[in-house]
Amino acid sequence: MRGLIFLASMLWSLVAAAADYVPLPGGVFNSVLPADGQAAPARIASFAMRTEPVTNEQFLSFVLAHPAWRKGEVPPVLADGGYLSHWESAVSLGERALPEQPVTRVSWFAARAFCESEGARLPSWYEWEYAAAADAHRTDARTDPAWRERVLAWYGRTSATSLGAVGGDANVYGVRDLHGLVWEWVDDFNALMVSADSRDQNDADKAKFCGAGALAMQQKENYATLMRVAMLSALKASDTTRNLGFRCVRSP
Amino acid sequence: MKRWLALVLLLVMTGGAFGGSPLPGDSVYQFNTGLTDQNGHVWHWADRRGHVQIVSMFYTSCTMVCPMIVDTMKLTTLALDAKDRSRLDLLLVSFDTTRDTTAVLRNYASLRKLPEPQWTLARTDHAGDIRQIAALLGLQYRQLPDGDFNHSSELVLLDADGRIVARTTVIGRVDPEFVQAVDKTLAVH
Repeated sequence: MRGLIFLASMLWSLVAAAADYVPLPGGVFNSVLPADGQAAPARIASFAMRTEPVTNEQFLSFVLAHPAWRKGEVPPVLADGGYLSHWESAVSLGERALPEQPVTRVSWFAARAFCESEGARLPSWYEWEYAAAADAHRTDARTDPAWRERVLAWYGRTSATSLGAVGGDANVYGVRDLHGLVWEWVDDFNALMVSADSRDQNDADKAKFCGAGALAMQQKENYATLMRVAMLSALKASDTTRNLGFRCVRSP
Repeated sequence: MKRWLALVLLLVMTGGAFGGSPLPGDSVYQFNTGLTDQNGHVWHWADRRGHVQIVSMFYTSCTMVCPMIVDTMKLTTLALDAKDRSRLDLLLVSFDTTRDTTAVLRNYASLRKLPEPQWTLARTDHAGDIRQIAALLGLQYRQLPDGDFNHSSELVLLDADGRIVARTTVIGRVDPEFVQAVDKTLAVH
């Protein structure tokens, strides 16, 4: 058994080395969340992003090498009861979790630990939104109604159908599956302070959020992205859901 | 003499009893990291086990709600049963890994009259650890382009094993329910 685990961790380091990252140039980006809570654009430094979300197979290699992250081992404060609950066991996938499907039912803490294990980190919201603004030909396709339609079409699909495999069409950077497959954790999910009262910027939230108050969301017509922000900001770090996965990024 | 020794031994053993029992799965000390206090002492997040404490996060250059967070922590201790007051610890962790140096925290503690050992002001160089502590405590924050922070204003009550037993968003005055929770937690400690 110990030999097997050793072998698995050897294999794991190979897999980790093989994970594909592509470079994205830095830039100034008009996020749906203004950097200063009013209108300032986000400034993004160049980074490299995993071309695909982390798969069940890759996450299995990770837990084989890091037993503390196996289901049954992780304390509830770091991952809720649904953690990897569709896996057959702590160390095998089974029929309900195919190797090429994106891993889901993982907490923010677990996603973070995975990225760390391959010398990476979770993307910031700005990095994720910036990468996801692209389509096959343009770095920022967000004003194109067709782009919005495509993103929204996935939201409208029932979540009862099983998840597809990773490897959808690449965007202009070579990144795949940012839309249409799973929701994804971002490192600063607990920085997206959008409260129910954020429509009233003037005084109501001054006491709840120190500083500029809750964020005013911009680009109301881009509700495909706003829905994602709303979903992420409602999460706790230990939450797991059947449609929530992640990918990692690296700073140069 | 022997009886006296046995009593001391018993006290030491019960006082340190948590050292032997496993950490609950819902304890925020399931995560651990190094922090530095206002005197430059290095300690670990999970070292706080054994202390009932009110925790919040702040940054010293904040001029808006942060001073009120500190005031509310003070007011809350004053509202407690006098006999229990000294057994409550107060911890403030800074978001500001750049500007809130040890010296700045020490100065802030003296300026705001936050006496030791009850008050601990903590910092780290690792922004990732701050993000993780905030996530464990269920607090939100973001850094603004000018270096300030936008953050939730909340007090969190941790029991001796690091379980979150109560929290309040009432800032600027005492939240009676929260005070009651602190009293109750200290009573069983």
